[in-house]
Amino acid sequence: MRYGMAIDTKKCVGCSDCVVACQTENNIPHGYARDWISETVSGTYPELTLEIRSERCNHCDNTPCVRTCPTGASHVIEGGIVKVTHEECIGCGACVESCPYDARYFHPDGYVDKCTFCDHRVKNGQDPACVSVCPTYCMYFGDLDDPNSEVSKKIATRKTKVLAPEAGTKPQIFYLI
Amino acid sequence: MNEELIISGRMNPYIDPHLEVWEWQIPLYLFLGGLAAGLLFFAAYFVMTGKEKKYPTTVKYGPIVAFIAISVGLIALLLDLKHPLYFWQLYTTIRIDSPMSWGAWVLLIITFVALIWIFSYLKEAFPKYNCKIGFISKLMGIFIEETGDSWEWKYPWLKTFEKYAQNNRYAWAWVMAVLSVILGVYTGILLSAFNARPLWNTAILGPLFLTSGFSTGAAMLMIMSKSHEERLSYSRIDLFLIVIELFFITHLFMGFLASSQVKVEAAHYFMGGEFTVTFWVNVIILGLVLPAILEAMELLKYKIPVIIPGLLILWGGVMFRFIMVEAGQIIRYLY
Repeated sequence: MRYGMAIDTKKCVGCSDCVVACQTENNIPHGYARDWISETVSGTYPELTLEIRSERCNHCDNTPCVRTCPTGASHVIEGGIVKVTHEECIGCGACVESCPYDARYFHPDGYVDKCTFCDHRVKNGQDPACVSVCPTYCMYFGDLDDPNSEVSKKIATRKTKVLAPEAGTKPQIFYLI
Repeated sequence: MNEELIISGRMNPYIDPHLEVWEWQIPLYLFLGGLAAGLLFFAAYFVMTGKEKKYPTTVKYGPIVAFIAISVGLIALLLDLKHPLYFWQLYTTIRIDSPMSWGAWVLLIITFVALIWIFSYLKEAFPKYNCKIGFISKLMGIFIEETGDSWEWKYPWLKTFEKYAQNNRYAWAWVMAVLSVILGVYTGILLSAFNARPLWNTAILGPLFLTSGFSTGAAMLMIMSKSHEERLSYSRIDLFLIVIELFFITHLFMGFLASSQVKVEAAHYFMGGEFTVTFWVNVIILGLVLPAILEAMELLKYKIPVIIPGLLILWGGVMFRFIMVEAGQIIRYLY
């Protein structure tokens, strides 16, 4: 079992519905976000290309955040989901520093918070909140170990990229390009 | 020209527009930790080599300053935590992978070792009981009593412990020397363990911070010492350490320029980019080159007030850490 995501950059319109869905589902305090939209414009006018991505924790295979956590609050649960035990977090910031995606933030209550792949929903067989609300159906969530899952098929048939592979974290969110 | 623009809808405090998780507390601690490592190492080293008579300030008073530095550093670390009341969670586990975890343990242990050291030299450092600071005087009054010209511990177990500490100074010196090197290296490794921050992620940061810490320690002892001989030998030690530090800094940037794109860009922040003036003026010129020249002149028998190179080195040490921590958080992977 290895949870992962595929996000189709050709279909994403950057509506931020995934961001709002996450904030609602997970009671994210006002002004904070566990996921966000990045727009990358490259090229020289008039030959410009725009890529829109919905970004979040990549639930990496090689997790620098878990490695640098001094108390063990950051940990990996079944399915490769990276989580933080709030009661064990001292708020030192080591994991925030160690994430090349800046996917972690300080909750106003003092602990570090991040995307959980909505493990409380996944447990019941549902998709994460962001995936379930996407109006263009550009996000796919599932088991990367299962070759017949929709997410595996998308990754197998489309050209993909991951973010900052040179950081060596082996991210598990694949962008279809 | 190929330009790239990234717009993000995210505005998490401390993260956006650029990372600012570690503010003044961490660089201050890195400085104080390095300073304490230097002070404790020299004290231990001169006891190990049997030269404690020649270096009275180092052996007797250096560790006291180190203890104060560590205490202030610990308070800074505590203030850095967003969940400060949970700090004890650090001491419920040891995680070898996490520099912060074993660093916290080393810090705890070396604080106690330094205390034992101070304890064993207390009578030699302060032969008369004439403390002017009210609360310290009252606090010590619980444990000691005046006996004519000098003073004595009130309780027999303190006397026994003092005897034990004094008889085992050589062994404690070894323990403290090893721990102080770990403490000094740790201040660098804390940063170099983050592969997400290109500026920090280089193995040379450990030895570089260690050398810089020892150099600030030597500068502090140079300022504190009243013996000309002791001062002169710290001038010599410091000159040597500064040369090594300059070598390490050269290697640091050579390594960046010969590495991947993000690291080349990291080096450019210091060579024409926004940290160029701050870094070269404060760290290289004021903090290393100028004191090195002054110390060399002192060794050539010119009269140099020792406080000038000493303070310059301390200033360079502080600025080096503040710049590295700040710049390291600004320089990131772009995708």
